[in-house]
Amino acid sequence: MENLDLKNIKPYGDTLNDGIIQMSFTLPVPPSGKSKEAAKLYLEKIGYTNVYITTMEKAGESFSFFVAYAKHNTAINFEEIDVPEIEVKIRSMKEIDNLIEKYLKRALRVVGACTGSDAHSVGIDAIMNMKGYSGDYGLERYKQIDAYNLGAQVKNIDLIEYAKQIKADAILVSQVVTQKNIHIQNAKDFIKKAQESGVIKDTILILGGPRVDHKLALSLGFHAGFGPGSKPSTIANYILEEKLKRESIEI
Amino acid sequence: MRSIIKNYATVDECRDYANKIAEDIQSIIDQHSTESVERTTLRFMELDGVSSDGVPLVNTLVEKARKKGVLSKGIVHLIGAYYQLEEVESIQEAIDEIIYDSEVDWKLLYKTELTTSTKEELTIFFQNRYKKLEQVKANKLEKKNRLKVGKEPLKYLIVATGNIYEDVAQAEAAAETGADIIAVIRSTAQSLLDYVPYGATTEGYGGTYATQQNFKIMREALDKVGERLGRYIHLVNYSSGLCMAEIAYMAAREGLDYLLNDAMYGILFRDINMKRTFIDQYISRRICSHFEISINTGEDNYLTTSDAFDFGYTVLTSQFINEAFATLAGLRKNQMGLGHAYEINPSIPQSFLYEFAQAKLIREVFPEAPLKYMPPTKHMTGDIFYSHLIDALFNIASKITNQSIHLLGIPTEALHTPLLHDRFLALKNVDYMFNAFEGFENEFDVVEGGLIEKRANQILDDAHQFLKDIADRGLMSVIGEGKFANIKRFPDGGKGLDGVFQKNSDYFNPMISLLEK
Ligand code: B12
Repeated sequence: MENLDLKNIKPYGDTLNDGIIQMSFTLPVPPSGKSKEAAKLYLEKIGYTNVYITTMEKAGESFSFFVAYAKHNTAINFEEIDVPEIEVKIRSMKEIDNLIEKYLKRALRVVGACTGSDAHSVGIDAIMNMKGYSGDYGLERYKQIDAYNLGAQVKNIDLIEYAKQIKADAILVSQVVTQKNIHIQNAKDFIKKAQESGVIKDTILILGGPRVDHKLALSLGFHAGFGPGSKPSTIANYILEEKLKRESIEI
Repeated sequence: MRSIIKNYATVDECRDYANKIAEDIQSIIDQHSTESVERTTLRFMELDGVSSDGVPLVNTLVEKARKKGVLSKGIVHLIGAYYQLEEVESIQEAIDEIIYDSEVDWKLLYKTELTTSTKEELTIFFQNRYKKLEQVKANKLEKKNRLKVGKEPLKYLIVATGNIYEDVAQAEAAAETGADIIAVIRSTAQSLLDYVPYGATTEGYGGTYATQQNFKIMREALDKVGERLGRYIHLVNYSSGLCMAEIAYMAAREGLDYLLNDAMYGILFRDINMKRTFIDQYISRRICSHFEISINTGEDNYLTTSDAFDFGYTVLTSQFINEAFATLAGLRKNQMGLGHAYEINPSIPQSFLYEFAQAKLIREVFPEAPLKYMPPTKHMTGDIFYSHLIDALFNIASKITNQSIHLLGIPTEALHTPLLHDRFLALKNVDYMFNAFEGFENEFDVVEGGLIEKRANQILDDAHQFLKDIADRGLMSVIGEGKFANIKRFPDGGKGLDGVFQKNSDYFNPMISLLEK
């Protein structure tokens, strides 16, 4: 786009740099002229201009719900932002299998679970089970991956013990419930126990879930993190490349 | 709209198979009791409260008896024997003392034979407690009659802040904007606690603890709003997990209207032992049947765990089984809120037609049941606008197939438990769709031999086949093969098996006798 200054980017409505944002929120007061003004003032106070309260609705006797459009003048330097991203080649299941066989000369062992009190197994199943996710086969289907899915509500320590027993190349940890940051607490606990048991040295540790990204996973001590919409082949590719890197094999 | 079921004989056969499946299990149920059933019995005797270290007294007492290995005649037997042997004036005093008496000779109590007069006194004691629960029921029915109940599909909304007082504020706002039913979602993992937490609670994960005090607080709040709005607001909680029957008692005591209660949910989704669940569900449903509580079953869970398109028939299968178990527990058809859900992947072409087929089929198979239709959840994403659209189609499907209880879909389903305005937007969506599609089903018909009819009859045939197979080989072994939700469970696995025991021939429990009348 012409005139786009990546050092100063702003939200786009219909004109570059117009800074238009759409919002909705509730105030704990019943609808009235005063309440509408309060909503407007609130947005102005946090720096918005051209505030337009597009609707005020009664969301119960003592609550008003607002939708608003407004502009904000703040700009962000896009070039300065540093977000670690995982870059892996896109390869098919067959290609991955062939590369593992050719360069690593044995099947890789991968164990995964949704750990702690979290009972959501669908995410880890999507990555590991035969069927896979949105047309992409799961790790169990790979000829050169021995995948062990332990399911949900697995204790961190049990997953770690299992990984040690089978000499896993990679451990997959899924975390779905995030209320009160329980996923972070539990992920930290996993890393602590993994360190204590020594497993961390040579095993690839991967965290995944709807509120997980690579940056978060790295900050917690994992080697990689995957978020919503992840596909099994992406994970398989990552494990393959990381393994090759660790064994200094060039392909 | 005309019926889409081609062969009603298939439906009848499904029911026959389901009855056989449930009866096979019932013979096991009748020979056993569980610690949770015994604790329920103590709650029925109005033993309430917790010890200084926070353990419910009902747990303390049952646990003691179990440790001494004297539970097989039931907890009432022991109390009766204590009453006979010790110098206590009344059964009430016997209960009060036996808890704190450190010199109880448990073996002696166990061996003591109850006299006819002790048994009679105990029976009267229970009858009086039963009358109190009937009074609660009568009050509830009076309010329902006087205030009137909303129009079906009833609008069912959830609150789940973790703090009962915050829940009250959210529930009030929901009722004021149109909710007919409020469900207080339970805190994560409460189902795996082998006791019921005590008192008002303000901290929970993903929901609020189910406690008797929390029930009372919410019931009172909803009664108040209901009076103000001139509409009866129903209250829901969960009778699932390791304390099914205890929660059912608490619900009867505090005047709840619905309980989530499924014959197999705990086994499959919480890894609770099969026998334990079957026995507990039976007693909990007995309580529901007497005190005007309807159950809501959890078939939606099959569809969030397995693929909804491929496994639609498991929902119908489980509904037949739940119906059969509920019948054996004395529930009336109009207390059986069988569950199903709108969970087919929205990217599948014609997904609405498939959803419609399933919803209409289930409506026709269970004409009297207060069916509970659950919203899309699994395929909801962070794009709340798109999610709101998926909910709109769900709302239409519910309305034009005459579902009874409509659990509102929330645009922020993939993000968090609902915020106040998420619920408000959901209600607005429902109101628009229900209003716009009023009378739709009288104006349109399903094409004969078309996709909807074919799909519906396919599901029915698949459920028929599956039920036949289960009836032949037994429910427990089929669950062991992972035929439900791809999850395998075994008769001697899972949590809570150590709390199951075989009843002695002298087992005595007036509560169960009253409930089986
Ligand atoms: C299905 C479901 C359930 C089912 C789970 C069934 C099962 N067997 O898994 C049941 C009914 C049991 C359930 C229970 C609960 N749930 Co729930 N559930 C959902 C729901 C609807 C869908 C989740 C899902 O399956 N998504 C589909 C999968 C494929 O997506 P995914 O998990 O994100 O996985 C993908 C990626 O994240 C990634 N990924 C995930 N894990 C991993 C791991 C690795 C290593 C990698 C590489 C990638 C990866 O890859 C996957 C494929 O792309 C969500 C809402 C939603 N739409 O997200 C709520 C939701 C997650 N649940 C929620 C809650 C609160 C609960 C309960 C606590 C409710 C309660 N009070 O009882 C309980 C939890 C009990 C417990 N102990 O955990 C909340 C969580 C809120 C929060 N942010 O904390 C949500 C968001 C609903 C809501 N709006 O309230 N739930």
